[in-house]
Amino acid sequence: MRPHEVVDAVARRSYGKLVAFLAADTRDVAAAEDAVSEAFAAALAHWPVHGCPANPEAWLMTVARRKSIDGMRHRRSGEAVTTQLQMLVENQTSESAEAIHDAEIPDKRLALLFACAHPAIDAGIRAPLMLQAVLGLDAKTIASAFLTSPEAMGKRLGRAKQKIRAAGIPFAIPARDELADRLDGVLDAIYAAFAEGWSDPGGTDVARRDLTDEALFLARLLVALLPQEPEALGMLALMLHADARRRARRSASGDYVPLAEQDVLLWNVAMIEEAEALLRYASTLGRIGRYQLEAALQSAHVERRRTGRTDWTVEVQLYDALLALSGSPVVALNRAVAIAEWKGPAAALEIVNALAADGRLAQYQPYWAARAALLARTHAYRDARDAYDVAIGLERDPDVRRFLQGKQAVVVDRLI
Amino acid sequence: MQYLLMLYADESGWSSMTKAEQEQGVAAYVAYTQALKTAGAWVGSNRLQDVGTATTVRVVDGKSQVLDGPYVETREQLGGYYLIEAPGLDEALAWAARCPGAGHGTIEVRPVWDMTEYEPVCDRTK
Repeated sequence: MRPHEVVDAVARRSYGKLVAFLAADTRDVAAAEDAVSEAFAAALAHWPVHGCPANPEAWLMTVARRKSIDGMRHRRSGEAVTTQLQMLVENQTSESAEAIHDAEIPDKRLALLFACAHPAIDAGIRAPLMLQAVLGLDAKTIASAFLTSPEAMGKRLGRAKQKIRAAGIPFAIPARDELADRLDGVLDAIYAAFAEGWSDPGGTDVARRDLTDEALFLARLLVALLPQEPEALGMLALMLHADARRRARRSASGDYVPLAEQDVLLWNVAMIEEAEALLRYASTLGRIGRYQLEAALQSAHVERRRTGRTDWTVEVQLYDALLALSGSPVVALNRAVAIAEWKGPAAALEIVNALAADGRLAQYQPYWAARAALLARTHAYRDARDAYDVAIGLERDPDVRRFLQGKQAVVVDRLI
Repeated sequence: MQYLLMLYADESGWSSMTKAEQEQGVAAYVAYTQALKTAGAWVGSNRLQDVGTATTVRVVDGKSQVLDGPYVETREQLGGYYLIEAPGLDEALAWAARCPGAGHGTIEVRPVWDMTEYEPVCDRTK
């Protein structure tokens, strides 16, 4: 490998580890990021000339630590610096110096993830914060994935880091009695990053397609750090199930293909099997939750398509459990769609009509598309056409819009 | 670290309480203060007079402007504070959640600015 390739590979593996380790004592994420970036810049200048060090991570840590001490000298003066420098120097002589010799820097990324997803941090900025602090994505890349301006994203990230430092947000893994609640925050943030990338189903937008990979990396990291947490396993399984079908979601001509019509041969079998194994293991840990249930539903969908066997009662049961847990109208909608297959479209329409009272679905495209499809199946073509109009009007993906227009055309034909 | 717990509540709630309810309310605060002291977390605390007693002052062009009333009119008013010592935000938030004020109002938790970096300027006794 050439030096810059080594730098890239090490960056992937070590960036978050270095930031987490440097920030753990000072809680100064921004300063740690600066020091680590400078260390990588130094590596790019140094390694091509002098060759790659035997232990690149340790080399980077030594340089980053020196940069971080320099940075602190620059930024502050007086007593506070002395104490903080003291802290760093003490760390260097004890635990960490040895650690570097042993080629193993203590992994504090889990503590960093919990700090990023702390309840005192605004929920909307947690995913961007993780992507930046753990993976080193810049504000511009994150901003484009989250459909916002780089300036606004940079400002919000800066404010969140400032809060971690000044408000005393701990770099620690929560105690057992709080772990489940706090872990939910971490999981939701990682899943938000994944969903943001996923909302570009064509995978035409590179920044967003990459985001699903970054989120998968975070999910895998979390599972590696917390291998006994069933919900972390469940979330990774859910993501793998979705990602396994990425290629099948578009036809050769770029048209949107719904799950029920996808070419099973285009699914990534290895990913599906990994997801199934994760889910099976999670179920042995005896604590069910939202992500495991959602992954189980994906698993049922996949099974149905692969074997042609349909056991809708199982799917409805899973949706029942999920609905009881989340109370989400989106889950209620998906449950109604499953009920349509089990008890017929009329029964499902009754539920969907009741859901209309819940204003939260009024601007949710899949609600109108599902409603339209059910109306068409009960031969209410005029109403179906109108519902498709709303669905098409709410969709932002042109391919999906075209797909819905195709469905609407079929309904309109019946009208004449 | 030190944190200031600022207790905001609708003041009219107090006057609409019976004497017995008020006594019970005060007792809850006394117990809370005692718990903070026992844990070594208490630094200071006070209850404030009603917002109707507030006066604001600012100096503009060398002239002081005095106005009757609080800085901002809000539905819930600052009614008191606790200054506490806690290892980090989690512990400070746990104390805030135990405060009786969290049950009938809102508590804003703010870290105190650590001024040790300005020590040579601040400490005139040295």
